[in-house]
Amino acid sequence: MRRGWLPRLSFVDLFLWAFRIAVVVLVVWGTIGTLTKGAYTREQWLDFVIFGLAQGGIYALIALGYTMVYGILRMINFAHGEVFMSGSFTAYHFALAMGASGFLNRQPLLALLVILIVSAVTSTAVALLVERVAYRPLRRAPRLVPLITAIGASFFLQYAFKGLYGSGIKAYPEFQVFRGEWVFAGIGILRTQVIVLVTAAVMMFGLYQMVMRTKTGKAMRAVSEDKDAAALMGINVDRIIVVTFAIGGAMAGVAGVLYGLVFKQVHFFMGFVPGIKAFTAAVLGGIGNIPGAMVGGIFLGVVESIGPALFLDGLGIVAPYQLRDVIAFTMLVMVLVFRPSGILGERLAAKKA
Amino acid sequence: MQPGSNTITTVVKKGAVFGVVAVFLAMVGIVEALHQRLVITGVISLGQAILLFTGLGAGFVMVRRTAGSRAVMILQGTVVGAITGAMLGGLVLLGQAVNLRNVFPNASPALYGILTVEQGPSTGAILLIIAGALSGLAGAGIALLPQSVRRPVFAGTAAALVLSLFQELLQLMLQGEGLPTRVRDFLYVEGPSQVGALTVFALVALANILNSRRRARVVQVPGARRTGRAITLVVLFILLLLLSPIVGGSFVAQVLVVVGLYTLMGLGLNLEVGLAGLLDLGFVAFFAIGAYTVGLLISEGPLGIAHWSFWAAVPVAVVFTLIAGVIFGLPILGIRGDYLAIATLGFGEITRLLVASDFLRSWLGGSQGMLEIPKPVIAGFELSGPEHLFYLTLASSALVVYVAWRLQHSRLGRAWMAIREDEDVAQALGVNLVAVKLLAYGLGAAFAGVAGAIFAVMVGSVFPHSFQLLISINVLALIIVGGIGSNPGVVVGALALVGLPELLREVGEFRFLVYGAVLVAMMLLRPEGLWPAAAIRRELHEEEPEAVTREAIELAEAKEPNP
Repeated sequence: MRRGWLPRLSFVDLFLWAFRIAVVVLVVWGTIGTLTKGAYTREQWLDFVIFGLAQGGIYALIALGYTMVYGILRMINFAHGEVFMSGSFTAYHFALAMGASGFLNRQPLLALLVILIVSAVTSTAVALLVERVAYRPLRRAPRLVPLITAIGASFFLQYAFKGLYGSGIKAYPEFQVFRGEWVFAGIGILRTQVIVLVTAAVMMFGLYQMVMRTKTGKAMRAVSEDKDAAALMGINVDRIIVVTFAIGGAMAGVAGVLYGLVFKQVHFFMGFVPGIKAFTAAVLGGIGNIPGAMVGGIFLGVVESIGPALFLDGLGIVAPYQLRDVIAFTMLVMVLVFRPSGILGERLAAKKA
Repeated sequence: MQPGSNTITTVVKKGAVFGVVAVFLAMVGIVEALHQRLVITGVISLGQAILLFTGLGAGFVMVRRTAGSRAVMILQGTVVGAITGAMLGGLVLLGQAVNLRNVFPNASPALYGILTVEQGPSTGAILLIIAGALSGLAGAGIALLPQSVRRPVFAGTAAALVLSLFQELLQLMLQGEGLPTRVRDFLYVEGPSQVGALTVFALVALANILNSRRRARVVQVPGARRTGRAITLVVLFILLLLLSPIVGGSFVAQVLVVVGLYTLMGLGLNLEVGLAGLLDLGFVAFFAIGAYTVGLLISEGPLGIAHWSFWAAVPVAVVFTLIAGVIFGLPILGIRGDYLAIATLGFGEITRLLVASDFLRSWLGGSQGMLEIPKPVIAGFELSGPEHLFYLTLASSALVVYVAWRLQHSRLGRAWMAIREDEDVAQALGVNLVAVKLLAYGLGAAFAGVAGAIFAVMVGSVFPHSFQLLISINVLALIIVGGIGSNPGVVVGALALVGLPELLREVGEFRFLVYGAVLVAMMLLRPEGLWPAAAIRRELHEEEPEAVTREAIELAEAKEPNP
């Protein structure tokens, strides 16, 4: 067999294999280096993982918007990161007002609910606006065209919110109740992280139930399978597309508030990096696949959180935390290059066949 | 639903949409920023003018979207304009009742003053409604005017705006003894004078009328005469470019250098996106690699490794970026469309993060950057000022334009266009996808490398902060505005998107807001760009067979003279 495949291995394939092997070797080498050095305690690793889970939950919520829109329209909603930012940034002002009046700490859960709703509503509105202005008129255009309007919409939104709310980095008001840790089975977890994890889980569970159980959910699945056939079955495709954007926007809005809770700051450019990472998460899980986005988000969040310490520290790189985003972007490129169908992609394809 | 109520809903909806646009313009800060600039001294500022144009647009669009008797349409236009004005009035009244400034920093008393023409909130609100109604009426009127009247009006208004927008530049050019000074004093007081603006409006409108008459008379200019005229225009343009730093001074030269750098990058990206259809959002990486290579080779600071002269370093930088482009291209050969855009964006960000990190600090200087990059020296003469660098940029742009032009019409260029249209078919026809794609990445990158090299010596230092994603978006925006796949389009796009905002300082702050809006608007209204490539224009206007045939005739004619 050897003589059969060897000549077919082209120069490009060789390069790609070398790339793969180099990354694996670096990761393994770094991991061994870190572990033998023993620079981090067990508690530190646990903190990394929990922080990664919380962060991953946020990525997963944003990724849902990418994945659902891609599933239906086969396009990347490049402006989704800005949808996320718009909700968070608007809700910040409500949080600030409630913090000033003392309501925030008197009724923390109610206040959190108000902030979540404001954020979700704003993000939904922005998502619908983008769909209406930048995507709907171009549904039959060549594929490059909506991608360019998406990039345009993304920049427009960033600088529109910069103009509206100012360009500074704003500190999210803190809930006093959520300061400190809760202890579960001997493991202390920051309270905000618990809130983030619970909210993200509830939202994802709700969405999954909605998509699988309700009539609208069924229609969404039908449209993503085959738009024309769905239209023939009496589904209003335009309405379903709007619903999809709305749900994706609402998820992004909720994620925006959670981001504010974890990272305690908002600014007009905050949507870009989480947006790209959430997109990575969506691709990791197999784009168009809703459970995949959740798994991909959590996976990316955890890898990004433990990555700098685990892979890079062992390689003797100074200040590995500066390269956190490099890990995420490298994963992005690697997934796109080597496995564009994602981790769960194959199973989905097999089920459809 | 009754037809009557339907129209009323449309009117209210349109009014509300334009009202929101007007309120948005006010709240985002554009109105206040543009208020600094006068359109007509003592009458109107640019900030107020763009609100008036919103009202005009409301009336115009309303008339275009409905049918009916003229009186009804004009009435509808007026009402839509009034609603737009009323929403601004509402903003003023709301701003008096509640302090909006905590949330919206731009909702300042100064803004209300601009909106109400300093007449106080209640009078101001009424004035706003009246102004809105009048502008809506005017918009409706313009929409109903015949084309032959509308064109001169547009041209005249545009000329009056140019008089206002470029006042500093024009005043500078009109400085001098004798006639220029007198012209200047006639046109400008603080901003354009009332008589001056009117005169310019009238002159340009008149010229437009005469021109269209003449055009109507001469139906077809013979091909040879048209080429002759094109050559004259090109020569004039080149002369203008060569003389511009002398006429406009070092500020204009500086702006033109930046325009030139973006033209270089735009030509490179145009090879990738416009010809080969490979959407690259990480293009800034090549610019950075070019700049850092030159920095490393010629810097006199502690990070410099060779202390070469600029002229020796540039070819090395170009070769190096070419190789970098090929290496970047290798892993992403198999990716198409949207995924390709995201993957390249990832590459761009990885490059920037690595360059800025402490990890590579001992070689590239980390976030402190690389300093003490000397200016290029030619035969003992140091190219220090922007005027000198302008000629360097112009020369390299000219060279690169020539290379890009030759590439476009070469076998390789046709192969690129083939893979843009359909990769599989191109491969079936014998195009070597790997080689052709890698060449697109490599050559595109090399162009950006030239830009990076000049950038390094222009600034005299290289910082990772200069290589944001925004640059990639900027370059993409300019080739799209100019016309994707079109080399003259790149120059037009660079002048429009880079040159204009540099000259209009007030707009600078809102540059990316405008870019975003322009990208969306271009794709919706004129996806082929300002100076489109023939093939793209044909593709996007398939439904207009007439245009295609005319295009074909033009092409055939253009081919005749050169065998």
